[in-house]
Amino acid sequence: MTAATVEAPVIHRPGPGATVSQVLSMAWRQMVRIKHNPFELVDLSLSPIMFLLLFVYVFGGQMAGSTSDYLQYVLGGLIAQNAIFLTMYTGTGINADLRKGVYDRFRSLPIARSAPLAGKIFADMFKQVWSIVVMLGLGLLMGFELRTVAGAFLAALVLVVFALAISWLSVLMGVVADSEEKVQIYAFVIIMPLTFTSSAFVDINTMPGFMQAWAKVNPVTHLADTMRGLLSFGPVTEPLMWTFVWAAAIFAVTAPLAMRAYRRKMV
Amino acid sequence: MSQDNAIETEGLTKHFGDLVALDQVDLAARTGTVLGVLGPNGAGKTTMVRMLATLSEPTAGTARVGGYDIVKDGAQVRTFIGLTGQFAGVDELLTGEENLRFIGRLLGMPTRDAKARARELLAQFNLSDAAEKPAKAYSGGMRRRLDLAASLVGRPRILFLDEPTTGLDPRARGELWGLVRGLVADGTTVLLTTQYLEEADQLAHEIAVIDHGKVIATGTPTQLKAKIGGQSLRIQPEEHARLEAVRGLVAERFPELEPMVEAGAITVGVNDDGIMPALAADLRDRGIALTEFHLGLSSLDEVFLTLTGRRTETDAAAENEEPAK
Repeated sequence: MTAATVEAPVIHRPGPGATVSQVLSMAWRQMVRIKHNPFELVDLSLSPIMFLLLFVYVFGGQMAGSTSDYLQYVLGGLIAQNAIFLTMYTGTGINADLRKGVYDRFRSLPIARSAPLAGKIFADMFKQVWSIVVMLGLGLLMGFELRTVAGAFLAALVLVVFALAISWLSVLMGVVADSEEKVQIYAFVIIMPLTFTSSAFVDINTMPGFMQAWAKVNPVTHLADTMRGLLSFGPVTEPLMWTFVWAAAIFAVTAPLAMRAYRRKMV
Repeated sequence: MSQDNAIETEGLTKHFGDLVALDQVDLAARTGTVLGVLGPNGAGKTTMVRMLATLSEPTAGTARVGGYDIVKDGAQVRTFIGLTGQFAGVDELLTGEENLRFIGRLLGMPTRDAKARARELLAQFNLSDAAEKPAKAYSGGMRRRLDLAASLVGRPRILFLDEPTTGLDPRARGELWGLVRGLVADGTTVLLTTQYLEEADQLAHEIAVIDHGKVIATGTPTQLKAKIGGQSLRIQPEEHARLEAVRGLVAERFPELEPMVEAGAITVGVNDDGIMPALAADLRDRGIALTEFHLGLSSLDEVFLTLTGRRTETDAAAENEEPAK
């Protein structure tokens, strides 16, 4: 009979390198899921395509005098809004996995406890890049004049950094909520007013005073202005700085809360 | 703390608010054996497995798995355990091969090793033909096998199986039993929870019966069967009218038994194999024709009736429950 203390395990790779490798493995799983279900990419392209067409061709003339001027204004805003909406799917995906027992398996393995969550967030960045490509591509077909190509790459980079940070809010909701539908409701109630009370779609100087005061600090305003600055016209430095300040602040608050809720969920 | 026990719990207790899910449980599984934990739905089986697999922490009490404390040394425990939960932990969109390769990569295996290990497990679990099919196309039995395989990628020395065959048909159940026996033969210690006395009898070296979070009986399958009248004889006369005559005969010949009339048949718990031929002769002598004369293992329900004097709260619907999709 063998002694109770089990001999050294076959696999043992502690340290930050192992955590990175685990996060990448988790992300790999998500990418394979897309490979098996490519319709997911079509699904997540539909709403930005419709938003872009409707906003430009329905509101454009009244908003900016011509649809082409409005396209030049609103594309950055729509890209910002869509990025924020996309983070919602991170939360709903985690919620589904949690309820199906997939995370029980993960949590019984010798891996970092944050790896499943971080891996999901990381993989969802692919969807962010995909969406910006779809929206920018459609915008160009509609006559959008891109400021510089380098600006487009920078915009995608900024968007990914911002989305990485605010995804933790979605993760928090995904862990706390008891159904996917609730995650969607929470997210909608937060994201819808947040994105509309910003400079994403309109010049905030046309808003009443109290609304302007909020719109000026709204993180979506800063992100939309950054996108607009990089893709089409306007300043970049100041909105970019505030975008990162907001991203850092949201991350600093929601990531620890999400991890705490995740640990508690499992008791 | 014995050196020979792979799993040992002392006063293990779990509360969920006011609910006492597990109450002062003392159990031990000797290294290289199967400990069967038998109990109805809601008895606390899953709660116990989740704590031992470090998914949740006990409210009170301690447990050691592989010699390590489940709370203090959880990370260490996770390096040598495997868990197959009641609800499938496989990704339905991924193929069987991808599911296993994914776990291997997660455990830090180089891609080539992860692929080789996946192939090896698929072959061992008779899933090679379905390796490239997504798990959602698998039958219930195949999915359970894949789930079990996924818990074995890292070659765990201690394995937790939470109701591994609930919802499976008898053939799939038999296949899974064979796989578990193979693992034990290779030296793996297994803690298995089940609602079926037959399963515990087939696989376990020791059985603990739990109910309402408490251990109400422990012993080897033989000891337990001796205690609870492990076998149950079912007699159904061809003519319903003769049911009472059969009951009377059983009561007269074997006054120590307590025959019960149920659904047009007599059920009686028996310990002595000699009863069956003796009764068969008597019934024939009195010209009572039978449609059923069957000796089988007691159901969980009968075990609980004997141990606790009441029926389990497991309703028929829960017994036939399909595993979650």
